[in-house]
Amino acid sequence: MTKQLSLGLAGVQRSGGNNNSSTIRKPGSLLNHAKRTEAEAVAAKVMLWFAGLLTLFILAAIISHILGEGLGVINLRFLLEEPKRMGREGGIFSTIVGTFALTSLAILLATPVSVGAAVYLTEYVKKGRLVRIIRFGTECLAGIPSIIFGLFGYVFFVDYLGFGWSLLSGGLTLMVMILPTIIRTAEEAIKAVPNSYREGSLALGATKWQTVRRVVLPAAIPGIVTGVILGIGRAIGETAAVILTAGSSLRIPTSLFDPLRTMSVHLYIVSSEGLSKQASYGTATVLIVAIFLINFITGRLMGRFAASFKSR
Amino acid sequence: MDERKKKFETIDLVLYYGNFQALKRISLPIIEKSITALIGPSGCGKSTFLRTLNRMNDLIEGVRITGDVLLDGKSIYAPKVDVVALRKQVGMVFQRPNPFPMSVFDNIAYGPRIHGINNRKELNEIVEKSIRAAALWDEVKDLLMKPALSLSGGQQQRLCIARVLAVEPDVILMDEPCSALDPISTAKIEDLMLELKNNYTIITVTHNMQQAARVSEQTAFFLSGELIEYGRTDLIFTNPADKRTEDYITGRFG
Repeated sequence: MTKQLSLGLAGVQRSGGNNNSSTIRKPGSLLNHAKRTEAEAVAAKVMLWFAGLLTLFILAAIISHILGEGLGVINLRFLLEEPKRMGREGGIFSTIVGTFALTSLAILLATPVSVGAAVYLTEYVKKGRLVRIIRFGTECLAGIPSIIFGLFGYVFFVDYLGFGWSLLSGGLTLMVMILPTIIRTAEEAIKAVPNSYREGSLALGATKWQTVRRVVLPAAIPGIVTGVILGIGRAIGETAAVILTAGSSLRIPTSLFDPLRTMSVHLYIVSSEGLSKQASYGTATVLIVAIFLINFITGRLMGRFAASFKSR
Repeated sequence: MDERKKKFETIDLVLYYGNFQALKRISLPIIEKSITALIGPSGCGKSTFLRTLNRMNDLIEGVRITGDVLLDGKSIYAPKVDVVALRKQVGMVFQRPNPFPMSVFDNIAYGPRIHGINNRKELNEIVEKSIRAAALWDEVKDLLMKPALSLSGGQQQRLCIARVLAVEPDVILMDEPCSALDPISTAKIEDLMLELKNNYTIITVTHNMQQAARVSEQTAFFLSGELIEYGRTDLIFTNPADKRTEDYITGRFG
């Protein structure tokens, strides 16, 4: 009796009866294999389709629930009146002002620093240890949880530098948070500027800085603006870092050192302390609508930015 | 051989891209106020050579150069040489037209502006003068504020030539200026080159041998990084000294 060698291959069928090693497969097994592959393909397609649908469903569920309860609350009075009785009644005007002031300050501070860093990383220093360290730092910064930014902001800006809970402390903290967002996008925008522009400029006797300032940056502006808008999106929804640095005062801030409350913080407080279901849903709705608008605008801008470079 | 003045002279010019030797001891004179054509098969080093004349190769990492390049008798690779001033004096037109994403006017005014001219009246004069010199004025005089990218390919290339002329160079380097253009635009640019050579020294890299024969007075034949032959264009094309030159010109390779 001859030993049958196990080939160790799953699914390999042996010819019936014979030890003839040249016919390892039955004639019909090829067909079975093809059928199984097709079945797998169909199953995969269904599962992926289901995953996509589930995602959409979850999003729709959240949005419809919030908007369902909240849209009825929104009216001009809600938007323009100040909160009364710690938010149990009245509108959310001071939180809208707070959100606007804080986000504006963060963007105003973050944009020049980010664009500068992006220009430096893409145009001036391309290789070497320093660049790798900076890049690594930027990536790490992007991943730090926002509550830690809040802690840092509290210890450094609020306490050590003595700014207290204020627009300034919050703005500086948010600035640090959104730096990586804008840097990444700005970098991509600058890299996307065709080299032929740089060559053309240098060949006319321009210095590197002249080339960057007069040709590269202007051409990269659409992409940079996209990055800024993404930064706005991140800052607007930020809660943990803001509560620890800008405070939660319901008074409208009139100076850099005044504390303030943003909509997301207001939503947190009003919900967690159970002060007003209406205010909760109303604030959430305003926030969602704002973020939708921002994403919509970003999408349109990114589309135009991509298209304008395809024509080259 | 030639009593006319040499604008450029390279002396045993060697260039390495990393470990690859792209130019092997090139010693070539460039006669002023005439057109010199650089011909040869792809990869033979003619564009690399062209770019050594305005030090555009400096922009590439890992480039090593030995030997020398003299402009008006002075080395352009000496330690204290102002590369920015060099590139103002030695302009370059590229293979694919590369106007900036700005108006026609701003494109031409770009050069003068970076060199300090900001007076609107002066700029207007320079822009008009340069566009006329590039034989483009009639076509764009009403389009000065339109985006340069809205012009046709041939117009864009003449715009790039005008842009170079606006900084008042002595030399114009042209790296296959017509290879991305249609025959009619090519003819216009060749006519332009013949006009310009009265006032500028022109060096042009070209794949098109008929073009080289049509416009240039001197021709240099490159092969694998070496200068095989250099001489008067009519002599090179009718009676080349080197067999390799003859083979290339008659189309046996390349």
